[in-house]
Amino acid sequence: MDLRFLVQLGIIGLTFFMLINASAVLVLAERKIMGFMQQRYGPYLVGPHGTLQPFADILKLLFKEELRPKGSDKWLFNLAPLLSVVAAFAAFSTVPWGAETTFFGLLDEPVALGVADLNVGVLVIFAITSMGVYGIVLAGWASNSKYSLLGGLRASAQMISYELSYATALAAVILLAGSLSLRDVVDAQQGTWLGFIPHWYVFLQPIGFLIYVIAGVAETNRAPFDFPEAEQELVAGYNTEYSSVRFALFPQAEYINMATMSAVATDLYLGGWHGPFLPPEYGWIWFLAKVGVLLFTYIWVRWTVPRYRYDQLMSFGWKWLFPASVVNLLVTAALVLYFNA
Amino acid sequence: MIPLNHYLIVSAILFGIGSAGVFMRRNLITILLSVEIMLNAVNLTFVAFGRFIGTVDGQIITFFVMTVAAAEAAVGLAIVISLYRHKESLNPDAFTSLKW
Amino acid sequence: MPESILFYAWSGLAIVTAALVVGQRNPMYSVLLLIASFGALAGLYVQLDAPFVAVAQIIIYAGAIMVLFLFVVMLLNAPQEDHAVWDRTHPLRQPGVARWGILLAVLLVVQLASALLRAVELGQQTKGRGDVDVISSVRTLGHVLFTDYMFAFEATSILILVAMVGAVVLARREGPSL
Repeated sequence: MDLRFLVQLGIIGLTFFMLINASAVLVLAERKIMGFMQQRYGPYLVGPHGTLQPFADILKLLFKEELRPKGSDKWLFNLAPLLSVVAAFAAFSTVPWGAETTFFGLLDEPVALGVADLNVGVLVIFAITSMGVYGIVLAGWASNSKYSLLGGLRASAQMISYELSYATALAAVILLAGSLSLRDVVDAQQGTWLGFIPHWYVFLQPIGFLIYVIAGVAETNRAPFDFPEAEQELVAGYNTEYSSVRFALFPQAEYINMATMSAVATDLYLGGWHGPFLPPEYGWIWFLAKVGVLLFTYIWVRWTVPRYRYDQLMSFGWKWLFPASVVNLLVTAALVLYFNA
Repeated sequence: MIPLNHYLIVSAILFGIGSAGVFMRRNLITILLSVEIMLNAVNLTFVAFGRFIGTVDGQIITFFVMTVAAAEAAVGLAIVISLYRHKESLNPDAFTSLKW
Repeated sequence: MPESILFYAWSGLAIVTAALVVGQRNPMYSVLLLIASFGALAGLYVQLDAPFVAVAQIIIYAGAIMVLFLFVVMLLNAPQEDHAVWDRTHPLRQPGVARWGILLAVLLVVQLASALLRAVELGQQTKGRGDVDVISSVRTLGHVLFTDYMFAFEATSILILVAMVGAVVLARREGPSL
């Protein structure tokens, strides 16, 4: 077994490990930031300043009794949480998170930081995230409960509506970069304008970035678009009937999806691992910092903006977001044609 | 290496399953799903032939088939919903009157 | 040979799941099994050097059209199909007729398969001609789509528009609501 294979295996394992821990860290971050925004401490008892709270949460959930409502569909009820968490993990598989590196001369040829690089990478991420909705919809249907069913119905309608804007915003970036591989898109953002403005697509695509973030919040079912769970209306929406480990998988999938959305946004709009001051081998620090900023924004928005009404969500998605993204795509296409011809 | 007619036979079997579904089932939604199976069987034939000839035309026709399938699903499901509102049934045999 | 193993795995999965789609009565399961079938077909497309078609298959079929089907199944909440109502006076509503239909489908498969097995030229390798890089590249696809197939592309956009208007008109509730 050669060294290169082992290193690549190690990168895959590391990505998986980071994603698992991302959900734990995000649970803690969310509760701490929420506490800060509401002028209280948040979890404080477990570990120093409550930093071990996620482990306590996980242990508590593991020891809970597993319940399955009468009349629910046994197979689909078990399948739904697995489906959503597997889709969440799999979606990260084509996201690169660092420049090519030889690990300080350990390897002869540089190896790319990231699980896989495909020449249709962006579309693969999009395809797998669009599979994630089935977990939620099936959970809603299989529970045999009206609240869950309503949550599942809302999730399916919301996903279809916002996927369009999301994909159209992506298409504009792909036009600029001229490649469907995420690594190529990141490398196209190298360098600066006038020596100090980084060559990031967020400056060329400010509207596209905004559309991407809004549609991303809706796709991951986060507040203010958390209609599939909407505590005040639907008890807990699609996961009302779930308990114990199966329940824990849904938030896990949600947090991993958040991390994936932020990582893709970083790769597409914020220049990925390119940034000043650091040599390319340490680019992953920039990457993590940018993802962290985006994740903080996610949490910030959740605890700042109240939930919309469902019909407002639909009319916003179809009457404002989608037309805006189409216009953005058309203008981008015209400009790319003009400047490249 | 897989010869071309293996792909075509897979496609033929899928098409047969789809048409059997249209004959067999008494549920409008399952019938629409069977039509989707048939469309996909045709897609497989197109892509396999396109690869065999060595051009991308087979793949492009697949996109048109997908578009048609999406349009068909949207209109078909809209019809199913409005039929269900009138009769509370998805059985195609339940809709025998020409006017209601 | 790994390639042929993959081929038989994908095609077996596609056929078994498709048979189960039409073989059982719960439309919810039918939709889910059909998604699995589409996934297997996407695997076959990857083997045929058409990665973009494979991804489009997942995004459009499994990710959008099937969500629409699932939405309607959940909305109507009619999990079981009606029992057959046979009517002796009607020539086509008798149990024999339905079975003949299945027989016809089987006959179709047998005929097609035997014809395909006898055609000698079709027994050649699939991946003989053409440059793999050109065939599998999205750039070539886009170029051919927007030059040679321009008219068909525009025609489908009109088709989509018509379907959209038609779906809205059909599914709209009558009366002054909304």
